[in-house]
Amino acid sequence: MSNRDGGRSDAQEGGGILDTKEFLKRMVEATGVSGYEDSVGNIIREVLGTAADEVTGDTLGNVIALKRGEGENRPKVMLASHMDEIGLMVTKIEEKGFLRFTSIGGVDQRTLVAQEVRVHGRRDLIGIIGMKPPHLLTPEEGNAAIKMQDMVIDLGLTEPEVKEAIAVGDLVTINRNFISLSGDFAAAKAMDDRAAVAAMHYCLLELKRMRHTADVYAVATVQEEVGARGALVSSYHIMPDIGIAIDVCHGEMPGVPEQDTAPLGKGPNLALGANIHPKLFERLSELAREHNIPFTLDPVPGPTGTDAWVMQVTRSGIPTALVSLPLRYMHTSVETLSIGDIKLVGRLLALFVASVDREFVEGLLCY
Amino acid sequence: MLLKRLSEAFGPSGSEGEVRDILVKELANVVPSWQRDALGNLIALKPGARGPKVMLAAHMDECGLMISSIDKSGLLRFRKVGGLDDRVLVSKHVVVGSKRVAGVIGAKAIHLQKPEERNQVIPLSGLYIDIGAKSKEEAEKLVKLGDYAVFATEFGHLSDTVVKGKSFDDRAGCAVLAEVLSEDYAFTLYGAFTVQEEIGLRGAGVAAYALEPDMAIVLEGTTCNDLPGSEEHGYCTSLGGGPAITVMDASVVCDRRMIAELERLARENDIPVQFKRSITGGSDAGRINQTKAGIPVVVVSVPCRYIHSPVSMLSLKDFEATIKLVKLFLRSIEGGFLL
Repeated sequence: MSNRDGGRSDAQEGGGILDTKEFLKRMVEATGVSGYEDSVGNIIREVLGTAADEVTGDTLGNVIALKRGEGENRPKVMLASHMDEIGLMVTKIEEKGFLRFTSIGGVDQRTLVAQEVRVHGRRDLIGIIGMKPPHLLTPEEGNAAIKMQDMVIDLGLTEPEVKEAIAVGDLVTINRNFISLSGDFAAAKAMDDRAAVAAMHYCLLELKRMRHTADVYAVATVQEEVGARGALVSSYHIMPDIGIAIDVCHGEMPGVPEQDTAPLGKGPNLALGANIHPKLFERLSELAREHNIPFTLDPVPGPTGTDAWVMQVTRSGIPTALVSLPLRYMHTSVETLSIGDIKLVGRLLALFVASVDREFVEGLLCY
Repeated sequence: MLLKRLSEAFGPSGSEGEVRDILVKELANVVPSWQRDALGNLIALKPGARGPKVMLAAHMDECGLMISSIDKSGLLRFRKVGGLDDRVLVSKHVVVGSKRVAGVIGAKAIHLQKPEERNQVIPLSGLYIDIGAKSKEEAEKLVKLGDYAVFATEFGHLSDTVVKGKSFDDRAGCAVLAEVLSEDYAFTLYGAFTVQEEIGLRGAGVAAYALEPDMAIVLEGTTCNDLPGSEEHGYCTSLGGGPAITVMDASVVCDRRMIAELERLARENDIPVQFKRSITGGSDAGRINQTKAGIPVVVVSVPCRYIHSPVSMLSLKDFEATIKLVKLFLRSIEGGFLL
């Protein structure tokens, strides 16, 4: 039901343009740990290129797709979705070729146990983060979470073979294919925040059929998971009149208070609070209501922990908003969300961009 | 590759049908007749003219999950089938039911955890399978109470000689047994693919009772913990160290004469062997050994790292050597080895 509006897939998904789900699958199965986003960045560059007027990059690796509006003196709207993912990094090659590792970004050590990984060395190797079998465990051992420092990656290779292919500093990701669940739900690693990149793509495709005066910069940002650094430099560089971060928020699930989550499949989640310009929130929510796009609210009193937080204080200040995709099991390798929500977010962003004119932008300074 | 097909088959204890079907099809040309029983054991009968009756046994079942309730939200609660460590369940891809409905076992985001939670094991009561259903009614269209679930793990090569996959315990044993059955022997050979090992060694005893063999060899994929942080004596077995012979485990003391013969054959044929250096955990050998008036048994295993988890690892060299050693042992029986 909630997908009625955003699920429209008429003209825009035919004719060689990559479907939202297909694009998402390609992105999440690619690698792009914070600081090393090239591989996923190339896919994004190629696909956003089909929907934008031009695609550029910057020194840190941000991918910036520009779709120009009509007329002169055009306002600039920047959309920011981060393309980096959390991951692991090799810290030592042990005797017999086992690898020790540390984490990049917020990794829950408990989600690493008995996981298949990809070690990105001279060539990609599959490994296993194994554990002692239950037959050999003492009861005390079984009652404590295994610490990351006690884990090793097993490549099933001899030490010389490992040393020939792998070096300290090599990156590691979970070996997880995109999983289609029932209905329009899907699970994978790195849905945080490549689902939001897919939403930007959907937005650009929608805008092809709409009239808009604003220039839209759809930016796939780097290094969000280690401190929103890509958004910092790209917003400085673009100097937008409006910045909207698209990120994920916690989807409803057992064991988590309802007030900390948003339901899946019920549309975008709009943040409210100091990080969000009131007039942007107002415009987004009005448009959603007007176009029957369901949405939920997330009151955030302090830091949003997203690209919006750093964009807001770039240069002399940028009016910012945050639109989120509800997602369950954040920072695991089975992050789960609704494809319909991605499209609804993309649709809302397009409606927003189309609604922006010079007058609206100037009004943002009038408190 | 048979090991790949067996590894990827759906067969938790009590639901071994898919494994059974693969074996019957695979061995159609080499097994003259099959015997089945009330529990679902599948026994290849290869009658011979002379000598003892020998039983080989490998269990078809694997550890898994069973759906125990469906929440209003459409999430599935489950119980464990066999000895799974709760800690291996988090952040995994599973398939539910024989139609293989895709699901994931998630966990609360790290952002929402208290620091101390990160050092605690997530209890089973806090885990569930998410198939993407938005309500109980929607979930019920795809899943029923009592449906089993297993990990969705693909078999693959890590190198020319090392492979990964789920449930090498005991699909590796099944694959060894299948290979051994492809040859003919002068004595009567029973190849028992047993059920329900993981929930209490249930199938093997029943099969042994019906077959009443003179001796039995149990083929296993067994514990291998030769990892950093473990003392050598705690390895149990080592990967690449050759077939592992069990002297005793929690369920059985193996027949000394059979062990000695295996050792001799290995030595004379340059097959590396190792002894399993742990006595914890039981095996089908225990049940067979204590059937009727007692049956001499021995266990020969392929060392497998990370058994009872979503993905295990074995060395094809160990696997091939296990096949070779078991075949040599059978030829030795043919040549007059008796107990």
